[in-house]
Amino acid sequence: MIPLPPLAPPAVLVDEALACDVACFPTPEQYLDLVAAFKDDGFEMCVDVCGVDYLEHAERALPEGVAPTRFEVVVNLLSLSKKQRVRVRVQAGTESPRVESLFHIYPGTEAPERETFDMFGILFDGHPDLTRILMPEDWEGHPLRKDYGVGHVPIQFKEAPGPR
Amino acid sequence: MSDVTRTADRPERLTGETSEGAQELTRRIDTASDQLGREVGSVLRLDGVTLDPREVDYERDDDETMIINMGPAHPSTHGVLRLMLELDGEFVLRTKVVIGYLHTGMEKTGETLSYVQGATNVTRMDYLSPVINELSYSLTIEKLLGVQIPERATWIRMLMSELNRVSSHLVWMATNGMDLGSTSMMIYGLRERELILAFFEKTAGLRLNLNYVRPGGVAADLPDGWEDDIEVICNTIEERTYEYDQLLTGQPILRNRLIGVGAITAEEALALSLTGPLLRSTGVPWDLRRSMPYLAYDQVDFDVIVGTYGDNFDRYAIRLNEIRESIRIVRQCVEKMPAGDYRSQDPKVTPPPRARIGESMEALIHHFKLFTEGFHVPAGEVYSAVESPRGEIGCYMVSDGGPKPYRIHVRAPSFTNLQAMPLLMRGASVSDAITMISTVDPVLGEVDR
Repeated sequence: MIPLPPLAPPAVLVDEALACDVACFPTPEQYLDLVAAFKDDGFEMCVDVCGVDYLEHAERALPEGVAPTRFEVVVNLLSLSKKQRVRVRVQAGTESPRVESLFHIYPGTEAPERETFDMFGILFDGHPDLTRILMPEDWEGHPLRKDYGVGHVPIQFKEAPGPR
Repeated sequence: MSDVTRTADRPERLTGETSEGAQELTRRIDTASDQLGREVGSVLRLDGVTLDPREVDYERDDDETMIINMGPAHPSTHGVLRLMLELDGEFVLRTKVVIGYLHTGMEKTGETLSYVQGATNVTRMDYLSPVINELSYSLTIEKLLGVQIPERATWIRMLMSELNRVSSHLVWMATNGMDLGSTSMMIYGLRERELILAFFEKTAGLRLNLNYVRPGGVAADLPDGWEDDIEVICNTIEERTYEYDQLLTGQPILRNRLIGVGAITAEEALALSLTGPLLRSTGVPWDLRRSMPYLAYDQVDFDVIVGTYGDNFDRYAIRLNEIRESIRIVRQCVEKMPAGDYRSQDPKVTPPPRARIGESMEALIHHFKLFTEGFHVPAGEVYSAVESPRGEIGCYMVSDGGPKPYRIHVRAPSFTNLQAMPLLMRGASVSDAITMISTVDPVLGEVDR
């Protein structure tokens, strides 16, 4: 169990069930302050930013008080000095998901946030260059959303289309 | 056939916009100053190392500079990396990395594959270190499942990942040599790697995309006489690393092209989330094998190689010496290899042996369930990371309790490391740009996934 950093905004929810994988659940308003507080507390590196679309798994386990939304942004922070990891999970919204960008705290989140935008359509406020990174610029849709079809190649000489 | 329009008759096809649009490097006039700042590598808003984009060649006229494309089909970009460079004569002013040419939607595919099948998917991401990809994937699932894997499986995994690290670094030595004009190094590096690939083939049946490390253990036990094979591999490669020293390390051309070129500081590396040899070259002794040990790395003796200046030569030296350290670990693995099972005997994870299927109804059911539906993994979210030859490769997995991962995200070290490109390139000449790409060592399969 990692205590929250001293400068963390009040009333951030922490999941205490998983001792090995501590996750904090800030509200979108607390998000930026919490990450900044972690940085001041010795978490030098933002290892990863990714998104999750919980469209088909909305009943996931969350601590009491967190209102689940369809999209979630997951940030993994690493402290080299303390040899600790901490995960920040922020509910990004359902209809038009958007959160603050971490770019000005951790410049290394530039590419991962672009990837999250590209794959999920989650907007990052304050990101300097929120363009597609993996998909072509004129691509329609965000492929890792759950309502985006996998697509399949029709199999020749078979009447029924394949499972995927 | 007269209505066929040839490309030459349609000059707009040659000069027109490509589909990448806003991802491309634009002319200076059309570029906002913070965008310009990132492209000259001043992404850092740190005390002491902040580069004001307005100070950096901002007043330069558009007709003094030239924007050129390097890649995606340039041989020195190690795949389909595309760099857009703004050049002033020979020197690079701005760089923009355009990626995605090898994007195959592996994370999406991973959601449609069961946990057993998924290993075949992740192994193709970083095609130079497949074992380590599979390892991070398997460790993540095992963390969710709470399965204990046998001692021998742990050590086999360690042995194989270290061999894989050697082979990956050997490819790097080879291609780096090639980029710097030492074509003999290309041949030598691939020659030595072949020894390891032959051993992989003997063990796992495949040379490249092994699918060897699986949730619950490894796919097969080590072949008979494996100690002798490893002995030969270790002795040969260790001896040859000293030949590389003679061929490259002291060679004045190589030294001049590497020393002092592409230097970064520790603050910059940390801010850009760089890991692996890039971070260690700046003097930060961060190696997950030592700092946050997984498998049995706390029981073997090895050194974490650290550089001082953060330049290309440090990265070269780190990789060369990591080959030696990995061989040290491999030797200890041979010495300490325990007897026992090579995979967990939990029937929920591991299929029963072929012989049992004929005589046991239960074994038949387990086998059928495992290969049709797959095993169910408790709901939850986990992240686990291991040290790949390029840095921290992590896997974030969300399970909804079903037989397929709900979401699988791979934190690819090459993808993040590429963010250092504009910073490294600034002010370098185009020929140095090639060494920069080389020492960052991106594997495009992993960058684009």
